[in-house]
Amino acid sequence: MKLITAIVKPFVLEDVKGALEQIGVLGMTVSEVQGYGRQKGHTEVYRGAEYSVDFVPKVRVEVVADDALADKVVDAVVEAARTGKIGDGKVWVAPVETVVRVRTGERGTDAI
Amino acid sequence: MDAFNSGDTAWMLTSTALVLFMTPGLAFFYGGMVRSKSVLNMMMMSLSSMGLVGVLWVLYGYSMAFGNDVGGGLLGSPTEHWGLKGLFVGNYVATDAAPDVSFPLVGSIPALVFVGFQATFAIITVALISGAVADRMKFGAWLLFAGIWATVVYFPVAHWVFSFDGVTAETGGWIANQLKAIDFAGGTAVHINAGVAALALAIVVGKRRGWPREPMRPHNLTLVMLGAGILWFGWFGFNAGSAVGSSGLAAYAMINTIIATCAAMLAWLLVERIRDGKATSLGAASGVVAGLVAITPACSSVSPMGAIAVGAIASALCALAVGLKFRFGYDDSLDVVGVHLVGGLAGTVLIGFFADPGSGAAVAGLFYGGGVDQLWRQVVGALAVLLYSGILTFVIALIVKAIFGGKIRISPEDEATGIDETEHAETSYDFSSHRGLAGTAGTPRPDAATPQAAAHVAAGKES
Repeated sequence: MKLITAIVKPFVLEDVKGALEQIGVLGMTVSEVQGYGRQKGHTEVYRGAEYSVDFVPKVRVEVVADDALADKVVDAVVEAARTGKIGDGKVWVAPVETVVRVRTGERGTDAI
Repeated sequence: MDAFNSGDTAWMLTSTALVLFMTPGLAFFYGGMVRSKSVLNMMMMSLSSMGLVGVLWVLYGYSMAFGNDVGGGLLGSPTEHWGLKGLFVGNYVATDAAPDVSFPLVGSIPALVFVGFQATFAIITVALISGAVADRMKFGAWLLFAGIWATVVYFPVAHWVFSFDGVTAETGGWIANQLKAIDFAGGTAVHINAGVAALALAIVVGKRRGWPREPMRPHNLTLVMLGAGILWFGWFGFNAGSAVGSSGLAAYAMINTIIATCAAMLAWLLVERIRDGKATSLGAASGVVAGLVAITPACSSVSPMGAIAVGAIASALCALAVGLKFRFGYDDSLDVVGVHLVGGLAGTVLIGFFADPGSGAAVAGLFYGGGVDQLWRQVVGALAVLLYSGILTFVIALIVKAIFGGKIRISPEDEATGIDETEHAETSYDFSSHRGLAGTAGTPRPDAATPQAAAHVAAGKES
């Protein structure tokens, strides 16, 4: 099993969610996060005084998937989130030892 | 003395409510500009000014400002109207139809209405200063400062500027009667006065931790714009109410209060567009206030076209002046100096140039063939208030600091935590409950809340 974590622009979230549903992903966790990569932050001006805002708002999407599905998940996210402009985000994949469904106690792939 | 007039009285009752509403408006204007951890303290400095100055006004403030002069036009008698003595006893059933009133009048309105109207001026002038000391001044120190400042600075200066001979007392203040500088609604007594006091207090209190290195962005610009709107609304009472009647002069002040402010908003946005590349919402709100400040002294004495010029010039000057604090290194947090001192000076002095003989005040400025006669009167009036308030505020702030054992501001730790929590034990916005995290916001303490709850706990019913 794999944990796929995607940091994407907030406005692509609906597209990413739709693409993941298309390939059969049944659940995900979404959180509002802040950060920066190559694009850095932006500048704001208040009464003429400039403030550089380093952290820009992003959305983090986390999906746990079977090994066989993991690559398709990554492809789907990348395709849905890409605008071609700087700041599109990152996707990474990490191994997951086990997963437990709280309600039933099922473990492993069955719990996804 | 004029006869009682119900139309005048109706307008002045309304104006009193309008001007009082400016102080909560100011609380929103200021509150939105600070960080979310200090918005309550910011608003409380305005609100507490209503409580404190309102009481002082009745005790002796009105008397110091509008009692008979005790010498040189410098001060009204503090005891003449102590507790509003001599102002409220009478037969109050009089109407226009039965005009034989036997209660005290100021002009054509009951003296009590004039007392209330002027109380709201004293309140907002003190509240204006608070913008300079956002996030860091001990609340007790603020209250002590506010009370002393109102007594030693505002009440006398209001006497100089607002007390005309033969209106509330036989002899009034020197700026109004001897110097004859024009200050219709308080460019000197309110805005220059509060603006320079803000500068002196900010210097004594010192900079916020991390200023100007750390970004301290306004936490809610929608509150700032709401506050600017309320201020503009209330300012019709401030300016048109200063006619002390439902008169043509009030109409003159009203129209100038609209158009000078419109022009000022555009001027501020234009400066920003040229200098910074973007027109901002904070700039629009600031331009509105700068224009209102500038037209305050001038609303009876310039033509409508003159009002556009006064508003635009003053606002552009303010938009440039708000950067001065970074150059000189004083933390006037919300630009009380840049907006109220500079705007007040601009409006007061520009009367010397733009005063129109056809206007309500019927005085000619330099551009209308009047020479420099009115101009020097305006400059002297402005400088007198500037120096008196600046020097005395500095001394008052140092005295308050000494009384608080050198600690006029909260500790660095408390400042980092946030003054709302450490001075008022409150948080302005609770975002935890809707996320199912209510427990993290704290649990009620019935033992400390009420005697009944304490008894309940003592009876062993709840721990």
